[in-house]
Amino acid sequence: MSIAILKYNAGNVISVQNALNRLGVDSVITDNETEIRNAEKVIFPGVGEAGSAMKYLREKGLDKVLISLKQPVFGICLGQQLMCAFSEEGAVNCLGIFKTLVKKFPPVDTVPQMGWNNLLNPRGELFLNVTERDDFYFVHSYYAEICENTVATCDYILPFSAALQKDNFYATQFHPEKSGSTGEQVLLNFLKLQK
Amino acid sequence: MAIKKRIIPCLDIKDGRTVKGVNFCDLRDAGDPVELAKKYIEEGADELVFLDIAATEEKRKTRASLVRKIAAEINIPFTVGGGINSLADVSAVIQSGADKVSLNSSAVRNPYLISEIAGQYGNQCVVVAIDTKYVNNEWCVFVGGGKIPTGLMALDWAKKVVELGAGEILLTSMNNDGTRSGFALDITRQISEAVGVPVIASGGAGSKEHFRDVFQQTKASGGLAAGIFHYGEISIQDVKNYLKTQNILVR
Repeated sequence: MSIAILKYNAGNVISVQNALNRLGVDSVITDNETEIRNAEKVIFPGVGEAGSAMKYLREKGLDKVLISLKQPVFGICLGQQLMCAFSEEGAVNCLGIFKTLVKKFPPVDTVPQMGWNNLLNPRGELFLNVTERDDFYFVHSYYAEICENTVATCDYILPFSAALQKDNFYATQFHPEKSGSTGEQVLLNFLKLQK
Repeated sequence: MAIKKRIIPCLDIKDGRTVKGVNFCDLRDAGDPVELAKKYIEEGADELVFLDIAATEEKRKTRASLVRKIAAEINIPFTVGGGINSLADVSAVIQSGADKVSLNSSAVRNPYLISEIAGQYGNQCVVVAIDTKYVNNEWCVFVGGGKIPTGLMALDWAKKVVELGAGEILLTSMNNDGTRSGFALDITRQISEAVGVPVIASGGAGSKEHFRDVFQQTKASGGLAAGIFHYGEISIQDVKNYLKTQNILVR
């Protein structure tokens, strides 16, 4: 199986590759359009700032590549946020795959949400063998609002989209690569998708 | 349910081995860091912290390879600290697979470093470790492994580092460290109530009740310990099972 991990100016892509290695799956970290298009699956990771990340994707033409992909694509954390329509972080238009907005948490509790939290009503292919009792690792100050593409929510300060899915595009706000064995289950579910 | 309180084992690393002291002195060997890390993950650790307590220029390369080795093995977040003095140091440990860096002396020497790292890697990547000691009725900040007084007060410094972009504070009471007499509840409460970012309490954990106390009596998001976990006197799972009986949410 060929997995492409999108290389861009955001965050720790190595940890995603390490997680795949532990599952015995090879991957390549790349920003090469041909390699991305030819991969069976694409992972779009990211920890960082939305404005500068979108700018970088546009400069490299990766924004257009991403939205035109037909194979399963998995956005993680900032990756999920960039797949939404608009982010308050940097007040930037994003990829527009999910028709929802990314907003900053109101400062009524500790921000960022940093730590393990459970999902509410996780559903769909990404969450086979996952229940509301399972916790996942979240680190974020911005959240995607709940919308028709929401396939799991999480409650921190307010309910938000912990995961989104539309057609071949999948995304989670939490880090499956850092979420122990429950995270590995989500990664395995993604890797097993047949499309 | 909601966000869980975190139990975080800390590995103090010297020359590639885990060590542990009392009140920051008298170091003892506590084992191979990678093996300990794997054991802790099985026991339910929520995160790991690695502090390179003898980080020197010539040892940086060894550190990067140890971080790589750890990152390849573990499936939970981990923080690396000790001798992080520049963006280049941060880049080296992040590229080796660390999720966060922890600054201590270098943040006091050059507070702007906090903002630089936050600007490039995000606030969530920057932990500021504060070593504090109760001297003449005040919680003072010490650096250099607890040897050098800074003239800073812990609460003021905590607020300052958050302003500069720290995403988390790791607060260690030197009075409590290694004593197993419990966390320093008063300063942990003051700081966790005063800042808007997560505070991890450290220093003094000796029993599962100490974790209950810090979570019930302060707003700490996590409790960090080293000695009690290394020598197997109490397991992380024991602590978590107990906290559940006390209605404290843990994973």
